[in-house]
Amino acid sequence: MRDLSTCENMRDAAMAAINDLAFEHQQVVMLDADLASCLGSHSFCSRYPDRFFNCGIAEANMVGVAAGLASMGLVPFTHSFGCFATRRAYDQVFLSVGYTGQTVHLIGSDPGITAQLNGGTHMPFEDIALMRQVPGIIIIEPSDAQSLYELIRQAYDLNKASYTRVPRKGATHRYPAGTPIVLGKGIVLAEGSDVGIFATGEVMVNAAQEAVMLLQAKGVKATLVDLHTIRPLDYPLIEQVAAKTGRILVCENGRYAGGIGEAIAAHLGRVKPTRMEFVNVGEQFGEVGKLGYLAQTFGFTASAIAQKAEALVAL
Amino acid sequence: MPTIQELKQQALTIRKLTIEEIGNFGSGHIGGSMSIVEVLTYLYYEAMRIDPKHPKKEDRDRFVCSKGHAGPAVYATLASKGYFDVDLLKTLNSGGTNLPSHCDMNKTVGVDFTAGSLGQGFSAAVGIALGQRIKGQDARTYAIIGDGESQEGQIWEAAHTASQWKLGNLIAFTDYNKQQLDGYVSDISDMEYIETRWLGFNWHVQRINGHDFAQIDRAVRRAQAVTDRPSMIILDTIKSYGFIPGEGVTANHSMAFDQKAAQKAIADLYAREGAAL
Repeated sequence: MRDLSTCENMRDAAMAAINDLAFEHQQVVMLDADLASCLGSHSFCSRYPDRFFNCGIAEANMVGVAAGLASMGLVPFTHSFGCFATRRAYDQVFLSVGYTGQTVHLIGSDPGITAQLNGGTHMPFEDIALMRQVPGIIIIEPSDAQSLYELIRQAYDLNKASYTRVPRKGATHRYPAGTPIVLGKGIVLAEGSDVGIFATGEVMVNAAQEAVMLLQAKGVKATLVDLHTIRPLDYPLIEQVAAKTGRILVCENGRYAGGIGEAIAAHLGRVKPTRMEFVNVGEQFGEVGKLGYLAQTFGFTASAIAQKAEALVAL
Repeated sequence: MPTIQELKQQALTIRKLTIEEIGNFGSGHIGGSMSIVEVLTYLYYEAMRIDPKHPKKEDRDRFVCSKGHAGPAVYATLASKGYFDVDLLKTLNSGGTNLPSHCDMNKTVGVDFTAGSLGQGFSAAVGIALGQRIKGQDARTYAIIGDGESQEGQIWEAAHTASQWKLGNLIAFTDYNKQQLDGYVSDISDMEYIETRWLGFNWHVQRINGHDFAQIDRAVRRAQAVTDRPSMIILDTIKSYGFIPGEGVTANHSMAFDQKAAQKAIADLYAREGAAL
């Protein structure tokens, strides 16, 4: 077990997981598309130079090459910014990885508003929906350094293709080493019977945790779930929280169409129709700015979340 | 090594199987299948270190038909080589078949990678050749791409990396039959001067008659001797070569014909080649 409590950046936690896996498994290889210094994958290159390949700025080819490597029994991790890791290389992810059933682990950095100063061109909100259209691929967005490390390792152990959303800079430390973290099982961070909040990723879980405090001060008791795994969704927990609260708010650093909220709504629509509200970017494109500005702009703040939760409870 | 005459005879058999296979279904990608029969024959009957009885052998040479729509010719070649029963060719494109129009590694014994969305097989071939090197295998990867397929940007992304990584174990062929689905390549997005394009990517480049076994033999041996660069062998070919009703026809990418027409085309081909059916 590795303790990530002193890890300064989320990207360092991701690379710790990948480097540890490479140490343990000869078949692990890594490919980057000229963003090695952004994720820190040059740390892999310095340790395992014969297993690291910078593919240059050609993400579609990188994913195709990774699929070929996987067909040889190697286990590639690929990295680019989330928009290019998915949107730019989508047909390759869909066919060469998904359709053929190759085990390739895609790392997409700078999810949603964490792209910050790279702006709208680099701000992936739709990557969740795109990856949800590839049958079978595991999708995770851990909310802190320790869970990021643990879940990348668990995705590897499942021997299936995966996509991980990784914020690069700064790190949240929510879970001490040794906390039970299981891929596919949401983590309940607060329990209350008025409203159930499902939040995914560092930005949203942090804001939602604050929102729970704001709600508490107003006498609204919320259940909060860190939904770190987008596929497979934790349906039993979703049903359980829906049954307990009758009100569900889904917060994601992404788009509504094809996103987590829609997935949960579709499921509850079938098994337990429940009043729902959503925090996401809806139909908007991204834009440039610092995290605080973007959180305000898109309504990803604790107060905005609390407001939506309150309105939902009042219905 | 089989003699040139034996290779020619084998190619004739593969053409016959391919025409029957498509005729049995009633339509299919005949043009781009027929243009690569000689190179497929040479790869499977001479160049590649393979064992049809052990199709998953770890250190085998691998082959990717990146122009995946040539599946019918690949399947006829695999069947003739003993990867599966020739009778299976009758199932081409029928519901539930293991022989879909585009090559699929999860369905067909002997297919090393799935292709169909053009350009993707070529990147996979680069990855496979790289994987052979990482694993320390003394093995090669062979790939065929189309001239129309070469309009895909992914081909050139892959060309870049294969050259950067000095993949001497990658030998690729361009089926330069000058035609694509909508017409002549030169009318749509011209590929000349094709050698200079590959030379510019620092590949070892040869250009030969893709229907001449002596030239294929010489070119592949030269390519095998090149270890510091990937090799591209440009095959000047004729689309639909050997399926006479499609030769010289513009719309020969996919053609509809029944088994009766197939048998006549086969008889005409054998007569033209002076071979006995």
